[in-house]
Amino acid sequence: MNTKKILSICISAVLSMSLLAGCGGKTDSGSTSKSSTDKSSVTYAFVAKDVQNPYMKKVYEGFEKACGEIGVTALYKGPEAATPEKQIEIINQLVAQNVTGIAIAANDADALQPALKEAMNKGIKVVSLDSAVNAQSRQTHIQQADPEKIGRGLIQAAYDMVKGDGGIAVLSATAQATNQNLWIEWMQKEMKENPTKYAKTPLIKIAYGDDDPTKSTSETQALLTNSDVKVIIAPTTVGMLAAGKVLQDKKSTVLLTGLGLPSEMAPFIESGICPWMYLWNPVDIGYLTGYTIDALKKGDIKGVKGDSFKAGTLGDKAVTDAAGGGTEVMLGDPFKFDSKNIAEWKTVY
Amino acid sequence: MAKQVIQADGTRIIENERAFSWKRFMFQWEWMLVLMLIIVNIINISSSSNYANFDNIMNAMRDFLDKAIVVFPMALVIVLGEIDISVASIMALSSVTMGMAYQAGVPMGLAIVIGLLVGTLCGFINGIILVKFPELSSMIVTLATQIIFRGIASILLETGSVGGFPDWFNSFGWGKVGSIPIILIFTIIEALFFVYLLHFTKFGRRTYAMGNSVMVSKFSGIKTNKIKLIIFTMAGLLAAVAAVFLASKMGSVRPDVAKGYELDIIAMVVLGGVASSGGKGKILGCILSILVIGFLRYGLGLVNVTSQVIMIIVGTLLIVAVAITNLKSSFGQAKWVKNLSNNIKGVKAQR
Repeated sequence: MNTKKILSICISAVLSMSLLAGCGGKTDSGSTSKSSTDKSSVTYAFVAKDVQNPYMKKVYEGFEKACGEIGVTALYKGPEAATPEKQIEIINQLVAQNVTGIAIAANDADALQPALKEAMNKGIKVVSLDSAVNAQSRQTHIQQADPEKIGRGLIQAAYDMVKGDGGIAVLSATAQATNQNLWIEWMQKEMKENPTKYAKTPLIKIAYGDDDPTKSTSETQALLTNSDVKVIIAPTTVGMLAAGKVLQDKKSTVLLTGLGLPSEMAPFIESGICPWMYLWNPVDIGYLTGYTIDALKKGDIKGVKGDSFKAGTLGDKAVTDAAGGGTEVMLGDPFKFDSKNIAEWKTVY
Repeated sequence: MAKQVIQADGTRIIENERAFSWKRFMFQWEWMLVLMLIIVNIINISSSSNYANFDNIMNAMRDFLDKAIVVFPMALVIVLGEIDISVASIMALSSVTMGMAYQAGVPMGLAIVIGLLVGTLCGFINGIILVKFPELSSMIVTLATQIIFRGIASILLETGSVGGFPDWFNSFGWGKVGSIPIILIFTIIEALFFVYLLHFTKFGRRTYAMGNSVMVSKFSGIKTNKIKLIIFTMAGLLAAVAAVFLASKMGSVRPDVAKGYELDIIAMVVLGGVASSGGKGKILGCILSILVIGFLRYGLGLVNVTSQVIMIIVGTLLIVAVAITNLKSSFGQAKWVKNLSNNIKGVKAQR
């Protein structure tokens, strides 16, 4: 009995040793970046909504490029699931690492406030991008495009696609996602202000796919059970791809528009499922974010209205008041992708 | 060392009272965890210059202890041979009701009490279903209530969130006494309570007995239903307590809060050496496993290992833990091990 016990314990010890040695090996590869997070050097960290999000990776490409030009270290972090709880953990780790700046795409506008405030108290520069945190939790926000133009543009696109006759459904990201909610607000406002124009194109339902391909797929299928729905607006890249696939599989006549990645959506635009869609250049957002943090760090701007700075190749950018309080830096107008220009853009991003 | 008499047919007679044995003392799973904890800390200290810093360690604890609050009652549930996968949903429902009560004008203190009551009620519902329908497995019942509780939370708050709690409430999750986080003090008290409850009371002995065999326990005069009900209700209550800390940390409540926490919590319990078949395990093991997983994740995060890799490492650790805790039984039956141990015995006998 005892010998068996000793044997099993020995083997378990060896096993766990080797396992932990494995961890050691992995952390070795990480320790190269560790040297860069020493107090002496400057690191700007980028916190994605979740680590696998392809759109976020594109944004980070630009961020990395900007950091390269400025001459600081860029760091990509993100939780394995898009929750604010995990983002808090990451922010706390970044504070412990003494990074110089944090750029974050928030999973919840308010939940990160205590963590980000603590970061700012330690002198870390905090900006939000894509999905904003509330005004108290950031120094400024990077606005990809005017939310009003996106919201109104998308609903007008849907109206044009059904030629003024047919129900509209929206497939959004999470119900708390600040940016999507803002765009949907503008969609509703546009409809309210022009009741006669949109009389025959009611907004039937807003579904939430949580930026999860599986949930977005099932939500789209649920939308299609309503025969009044003639066009789906998906103001999120994950939702748009999922919806496109469902429409293709079902050979549905329902049309699709929204905000999608050209590389992902090219087949659907070419096949006519999605006549056209909008997006901005995600690489430029990351690039602008990098330069904004740098301007804050150097003291060129303080994140108040009227500040202006030079954002690398994007030229001069100004800090303006944001709609929901606080300030923002605007990238530009949304860009239209259709069958004419998609071939050229699908290889870019 | 306990005296063992091995008879000719291979059956053993072991003395009633087992004498203290150094060998047995040293070969416990808890020592493995201590070893892991030391190794994790050595790796962390040597790989990141920001790790061995009192404030950072305290802040790290603040991050992972909200799960630890539910680990202890979950350990009791698993010692019982049951499982409760609804705890994360209970956290969501109780924090949502707390938030809504506050929004409706109830003072924060009372709103917290309401949240705790809702959590307790949820746990009680789990328990009462299991007691009234003993043929249903706890896995199925709590899977169902997990969906129901989260569903109710989503109906109550739909897709919104409630925030703007008073400042003193935020100090639950972020505050410190001196430089010790409040949540750490609470967790230490809770851990001591559970050590006492499971290892030094009749209640604890009966829980172990039920984990080994509910039938035998019942015929031995243990009120099995009562114990089951108490343990599940306790899990509900402490899930609600964890929800208070989490809501305080986030400064807001949402119906989808704490999603996936139940798996992290069960993982910590299982790594702590609590056998999923029931009847085995110590609270000390759970305390150690909380620290192992917590510091492992924190340390790997500090050196910027990506989250997926961290998940793989924690998952591997878990499989190893489960394999080892079950190794003794399955491993001992392998033929070559038997031969080997017989040989060793033979060598000893010859001496």
